[in-house]
Amino acid sequence: MKIENLKLQSERNRKRLMEVVYKARAGHIGGDLSCLNVLTVLYFYMMNIDPDFPNDPNRDRFIMSKGHCVEALYVTLESRGFISSDIVDTLGEYGSVLAGHPTIDIPGIEINSGSLGHGLSVGAGIALAAKMDQKTYKTYVLMGDGEQGEGSIYEAAMAAHHYQLDNLVAIIDRNGLQISGPTEEVLSLENISERWVAFGWDVKEMNGDNIEDIVRALKSIDYSNHKPHLLISHTTKGKGVSYMEGVVKWHHGVPSAEEYEEAIGEITERIIVLENSKSI
Amino acid sequence: MIACRKVFTETLLKLARVDKEIVAVTTDARGSVTLDEFAKELPLQFVECGIAEQNAVGISAGLAHSGKKVFLCGPACFYTTRSLEQVKIDLAYSQNSVKLLGVSGGVAYGALGATHHSLHDIAVMRTFPGMNVVMPCDARQTKKLVELLANYSEPVYIRVGRAAVPDVYEDDNFEFTFGKANTLLGGNDLTIIGTGETVYHAYQAGLMLRQRGIEARVIDMAFIKPYDKDVILKAAAETRKIITVEEHSQCGGLGSIVTEAISETPVPVKIIGIPDENVIHAKSSEIFAYYGLDKTGIFNAALDFLNWNTPLFIKT
Repeated sequence: MKIENLKLQSERNRKRLMEVVYKARAGHIGGDLSCLNVLTVLYFYMMNIDPDFPNDPNRDRFIMSKGHCVEALYVTLESRGFISSDIVDTLGEYGSVLAGHPTIDIPGIEINSGSLGHGLSVGAGIALAAKMDQKTYKTYVLMGDGEQGEGSIYEAAMAAHHYQLDNLVAIIDRNGLQISGPTEEVLSLENISERWVAFGWDVKEMNGDNIEDIVRALKSIDYSNHKPHLLISHTTKGKGVSYMEGVVKWHHGVPSAEEYEEAIGEITERIIVLENSKSI
Repeated sequence: MIACRKVFTETLLKLARVDKEIVAVTTDARGSVTLDEFAKELPLQFVECGIAEQNAVGISAGLAHSGKKVFLCGPACFYTTRSLEQVKIDLAYSQNSVKLLGVSGGVAYGALGATHHSLHDIAVMRTFPGMNVVMPCDARQTKKLVELLANYSEPVYIRVGRAAVPDVYEDDNFEFTFGKANTLLGGNDLTIIGTGETVYHAYQAGLMLRQRGIEARVIDMAFIKPYDKDVILKAAAETRKIITVEEHSQCGGLGSIVTEAISETPVPVKIIGIPDENVIHAKSSEIFAYYGLDKTGIFNAALDFLNWNTPLFIKT
């Protein structure tokens, strides 16, 4: 898929995300929006996956360690053909198969997650199994920046370095905010890059608000350098909805009817521009 | 006499020589688990995680997710507390079929103290949907268990002790079916149910009672979850009194399981276990004696229990 098409797909997913969260009256919209571009590039560009064979042993694996942003994953899986819109429409309904965090009941979801700090260890285990079996699939783990407070992450960082898991890509959605406020006020994380370099990781930074830069960063990974990879994805919480951007209350806020219309209007305008773009 | 942990890993090594999907994972515990030989002989099937139980459970989950037959082995006390959330979510909830061997369980570490005791593990493990719990009692049963587990599709927690234990089963000619209890002695005067290392003591107490003319039924409840409810209901109906014996807190373990099982058709149950306190500093055998978990304690408790004539529940 071309860059312009990825941009269009991401905006369509963004619009759908607003619909789903508005209808369900629940969700973690701020973090959903900040990681949506990365999910779009992974699912529509980078990962070797087939919705008709979600358990293909050679598929690339994706672990949503920041499980509270599952709505972004649901709409991505929907647009990529793993789950139907009928299913996604049930989010928030009594007895829905969809939970507010990822579960393995949904095709394309590898593990149940939601408690922070688990995904990197499981991802490291999957990557280690690939090494044992001499398989070439890659494992991608998306973490939040607030999540970086969990100590188990650094146990996994040590193990991934020890076992030279260059088939493992961790991504930190560095939107700078967590539920109580800016990460640097809650518990400072910087310098993230230096910390992970010290753990022996191959660290790259990218602008996660920019599709081109996400593609550039992912394509630049050397999967044979004997080091696990970290992408620090600099993003804006609430990206793509002007009144949500960088505002902490939208960590898990639900828009009013007026706010919803405003958001849909903004996103629709961008979709029209992209659809009319000559490069698509 | 041989320690169950040693039988476990020796059997695992034999299986792993043939089945290359078997992987052993540990946390700087290859010595105490007795995985040294495994690590030397099959280094490509051995994963060392260092002193990091949370990560070890997560890595094991990932390996199992990719089709490996994972045996994660280390001290019971740490895996069932430090990494309990990973066990709950990455193994039980996510249904990653890891076999978690908790060694030196209960009070096996003796005077090392409460940091190293695991007297809560049955209580917590059995409340996770999708988790199975087994406590083998001796060498032959442990060997059969490993063979049973290698191809079992769900996560299982296995707790064994540390020291060499006497045989309960003197030959291999016994049934060992997932979820089924074994009746070691028949009788209708009362029932004594043990699990893990208390089974030997329960059996010996049953023999001592026999010399007094008391016919105690003795049951080996190796499978804690799923457990054999039928055998408990039958024992309650036929013997009307049950003693449970466990190297575990009296809260939430074998005694709780039995009382839950018979809650709609109750009979008196005496729960022998560790009370809600940090145990005395002593060798594990001395701790067993102090709290009445050994054969003498069980024997005395049975005599006392049989003289308990208060008709709490009237036979119909």
